[in-house]
Amino acid sequence: MNTSQLTEPVNHLIEINNITKEYVIGDNTETAIRQMDFAVDDGEFVAVVGQSGSGKSTLLSILGGLNRPTDGKLLIDSLNIYNLSSEQRADFRNEYVGFVFQSFQLIGYLTVAENIMLPMATTGLSNKKQVQLAKNVLNKVGLDDKGDRLPDQLSGGEQERVAIARAIVNRPTILLADEPTGNLDSRTAGQIMKLLRTLNKEEGLTIIMVTHNSDNCRYAERIIRVQDGHITDNGLHN
Amino acid sequence: MKLYNITLSNLLRRKAKVVFVILGLFIGIGTIVTLLSITRSMSVSLEEKLDRFGANIVMVPKSDNLSLSYGDIQVGGVSYQLNEFDEQRIGNIHTIEAKRNLGAVAPKVLGAVRVKGKEVLIMGVDPNVEFDLKTWWNIQGNKPGEQEVVIGAEAAKKLALQPGDTLELPGYSLTVAGVLMPTGSSEDHIIIGHLPAVQKILGKQGKITMVEIAAFCRDCPISDMVLQISEKFPGAKVTALRQAVMAKMQSIEMFKTFSYGISGLVVCIGSLLVFVTTMGSVNERTREIGIFRAIGFRQSHVLQIILLEAALVGLVGGFGGLLIGNIIARTVLPLLFPQMIFSGIDSFPAAIIVALSISLSIIASFQPARKGSRLDPSVALRAL
Repeated sequence: MNTSQLTEPVNHLIEINNITKEYVIGDNTETAIRQMDFAVDDGEFVAVVGQSGSGKSTLLSILGGLNRPTDGKLLIDSLNIYNLSSEQRADFRNEYVGFVFQSFQLIGYLTVAENIMLPMATTGLSNKKQVQLAKNVLNKVGLDDKGDRLPDQLSGGEQERVAIARAIVNRPTILLADEPTGNLDSRTAGQIMKLLRTLNKEEGLTIIMVTHNSDNCRYAERIIRVQDGHITDNGLHN
Repeated sequence: MKLYNITLSNLLRRKAKVVFVILGLFIGIGTIVTLLSITRSMSVSLEEKLDRFGANIVMVPKSDNLSLSYGDIQVGGVSYQLNEFDEQRIGNIHTIEAKRNLGAVAPKVLGAVRVKGKEVLIMGVDPNVEFDLKTWWNIQGNKPGEQEVVIGAEAAKKLALQPGDTLELPGYSLTVAGVLMPTGSSEDHIIIGHLPAVQKILGKQGKITMVEIAAFCRDCPISDMVLQISEKFPGAKVTALRQAVMAKMQSIEMFKTFSYGISGLVVCIGSLLVFVTTMGSVNERTREIGIFRAIGFRQSHVLQIILLEAALVGLVGGFGGLLIGNIIARTVLPLLFPQMIFSGIDSFPAAIIVALSISLSIIASFQPARKGSRLDPSVALRAL
């Protein structure tokens, strides 16, 4: 991807400048995000916290290049991703971003290993290489022996680990996690959060996690609180 | 993991729906194949019959005289000079370019003889060739040997001859081997004998009056053959008897047109079936497409996955339809047309039919696939 003409010099990995997102529903316009400004540095673990409907999931989809903001600018690694074409943004997501969705969102008819290899299906990597990389991440998330199983043969915690493995298999720069523990009991949720923390500390992965669970915030270095589309707090976690 | 792995896994997951679409294509393509196969069988059977039916090219010497007949009335007692071919040159017919389409070549010598005070036409033929060519000839008695003749029904009646009788000709005595059953044509009035014997009787040794030629007419270039024979025999008038063939081929062409019409209708219904099923499948897979797009699949990748599915379904449906259509045609044809022989579809039309099935499936799936690939990832993800 030739991005030289699309880049702008910035100091942060992610820079959000005055972003607004409005949805037109019938005759009404609803504002999900209002003039939001913040930055995230390389290797940071940021939790975005807020009530349901506060705009945090919309923010995550904007950060992932999935949802064009109505106004404002998003720079990731000096690249204004919304100046890219739809297909270029798809390539960008494949290389730079890993997604962990609510409710795991694994493909039910593919095995665990195939689910993990899914982001590599378009990369041209050989099957042998893909299998090797999938084994590596399965080992990293502690599921070495579960590669041949189908997702519904796994527990909730294991499925979440598979979702994380799929998100990191392409070695992305940023991991975007939407309520990663939303469907898990507190013990399993703790394990998943520790895994994310390990990936952040040991792999240097930048993580932005949306959650409404304040317990999860203690694993993050910084907490951004969102209410009605506004940032109400943006500070380091004690 | 490649895109086709996703396609194959998804097809295996949705077995019931895939089988439903494939069955639809089986029926659609099967109907087309059945109709085309029956049409082809009819066409081939008719052509074979026509080939067996007799000569379809006649070669006579060119003549400067004008015809002395009007309607069915011939002016009797008038004779004029007949031009004739040299018998040795008749073999040249087998040197034409389209010689592979040549069937029987039946040379004849014709002339008049006086029997029991009456003028009768006598025709010398090669009985082996002639009787194979004129399959509708029924003889009471036997084929003529070297010193034998067969008498036309009317001539036998007027000359009071029957099998076993002796026919006295000036300087010759021939045995009547058989009587030709009435044909309703000029053959009823003639005496048919062995070619060398008749040539001697008529004093036309080495001469041939006319040649009837049977050309195998399936895809035969009959006009070219006429031209090629005319070039070999500049003194000959070569005519193709196409009228009967054309009339019968016309009725087959009408059935063919009807078959194409039905096939078109079936193609429309098949397309609709594939379209509706694919559209339903794409709608069901909104969540999945959202995941694909979120993890970095391009629109073209999503399009590839869906269209590859369509192509595979079309391929299986096409081959299955081809097989089923041929089985149905083979079973139905003897019931509908007992006299016809089944002729399957050639490999080229078969390949076209399989290609049609694949194309049909891809074209019908294209719009749903495009819709799926263009799904806004953020909208798709809201379904998560």
